[in-house]
Amino acid sequence: MPDVAATIRADARNRLIKRVVLDTSIAAAVVIGMGVMRGVYSNELMLFNFVVFLALAQGLNIIYGFTGYLPFGYVGFYGAGAYGFSLVVMHLHAPALVGMAAAAAAALVLAVILLPLLRLSGAYFAIASMAAAQAVYEIIANPGLEDITKGPYGVSLSDVFAPAFSYYTALAILGATLLLVVWLRNSRFGMSLQAIRDDSVSAAMSGVSVVRGRTIAWLLSALVAGLVGGVFAWHISVFYPDTAFDLSVSIFSTVFLLFGGATTLCGPLLGVFILYGIYNVIGIAVPQYFQFTYGALIVLLVLFLPNGLVSLLTNRGIRVP
Amino acid sequence: MSPEPLLNVEGLVKRFGGFRALDGVSFHLNPGEVLGLVGPNGSGKTTCINVICGLYTPDGGSISYDGRSIGGEKSHRLVKAGINRTFQSPRPFLSLTVRENVEVAAHYGDPKPGFDVDALLALLELDRFAQRPAAELNSAQQKTLDLARAMATEPRLLLVDELAAGLNPAELSRMADRLRVLADGGMALLVVEHLMGFIDKVTDRVVVMAAGKEFFGGTLADATKDPEVIRVFLGGGHHG
Repeated sequence: MPDVAATIRADARNRLIKRVVLDTSIAAAVVIGMGVMRGVYSNELMLFNFVVFLALAQGLNIIYGFTGYLPFGYVGFYGAGAYGFSLVVMHLHAPALVGMAAAAAAALVLAVILLPLLRLSGAYFAIASMAAAQAVYEIIANPGLEDITKGPYGVSLSDVFAPAFSYYTALAILGATLLLVVWLRNSRFGMSLQAIRDDSVSAAMSGVSVVRGRTIAWLLSALVAGLVGGVFAWHISVFYPDTAFDLSVSIFSTVFLLFGGATTLCGPLLGVFILYGIYNVIGIAVPQYFQFTYGALIVLLVLFLPNGLVSLLTNRGIRVP
Repeated sequence: MSPEPLLNVEGLVKRFGGFRALDGVSFHLNPGEVLGLVGPNGSGKTTCINVICGLYTPDGGSISYDGRSIGGEKSHRLVKAGINRTFQSPRPFLSLTVRENVEVAAHYGDPKPGFDVDALLALLELDRFAQRPAAELNSAQQKTLDLARAMATEPRLLLVDELAAGLNPAELSRMADRLRVLADGGMALLVVEHLMGFIDKVTDRVVVMAAGKEFFGGTLADATKDPEVIRVFLGGGHHG
């Protein structure tokens, strides 16, 4: 019996090491690749948007892939981060990195305020989170708050405009987010989150604090969106509340995540590279074909691959990083 | 002198709207003892387990475990205190491997330091599936995995909810032996079951429930001779 146990243990340890090495290598390749691209491709804004969606799709992966909560209002944290950054820079003339800390804090505060939403589930949670994001937008865009938020007229942060620094900061956030997902996929905490997602009652009967697990995942997911929102504000420097709270940010992130496959590291990456790639190839030049192609892809996906592209492999018993 | 009961349930009440699923149930359970909880469908057996393990909050009465009141305490805290359960329909974490299912419980359920997940898998003959997704197990194997998950937290009180349902005779016999081994090691077991052969093999005494009330306590042999028990199970007018 001890020999059998030792064999299983050694096998499990070897598999874990291989998984961590592979997952980390993929994360590093993506970050380095996007860093190198900036030097060889001139459309920096497009590359920046790729980085933004790569990070947002993974941030959404943390809450949806690991706990099953799908917040349609995910953009609320992104917008809170953008305005957290902007308010500190505009009013306190703080340096950009202090603004990034404020972006993170703003998203976390909003996440704490919205914690009661985790009592809901399924469509109720999705819609309630969307309503919450819209409520934050309405407050920010209120003309009566022009002195504080600039209301609907938008903010200008030309003092801190630094395209290269902000791009590499966005890459650092992407790298940290990818490592966070690697950790969740290979740690006992991540395992407990997947247990909660699979069956919260059984998870509780395994000693897992369901409320604590969901809360941590929610905060981590919000933190990612807040940081991405902050770096968006920094990189773009001039934007309006409609841009920072644009629901299409949520929708794109969600579609990219689901298209590739949640819970995995590669699924959301594939979703962003393929769908946002298509968007940039045909979406801008011939938007009518883009709409059709996008719609058809999503319909086909829902019909034939509801668990995303990665399920082409996982359905055959192949583990996808 | 009888030992201090590990579990003492007194006048337990659980209501769902106007329906009293538990209507003043009382029993006790000693360390190393196996108590069968039997009764017709809808008599409140599973509700009783759900209340003891913290899934439902009791509406009345008291539950004391190891000398302290635990009524309404959160499930994950009760698991750490030494209470666990199996489910009538097994509820494994389907996206995790068999080993990961047990590993989650062994990590969060506070077993003694050095608890060996792999030795448990080998003991329950789940070792050859260790790296397979739990979704690939058949029903009997998932029930064994459910038991393994519970055992990984090293409970002192195990609530067993219809573990035998759907098992073939060989699996039944193996499962009964496993439960007896656990009891012989000092674990207290509360076994809800419809299969009287299984109850007979596993339990020391039984409590018979009907309509949310317990009305018989004693050995299974005595229960089968009790006219009230016969009336409840057969639905006839067999009064004493």
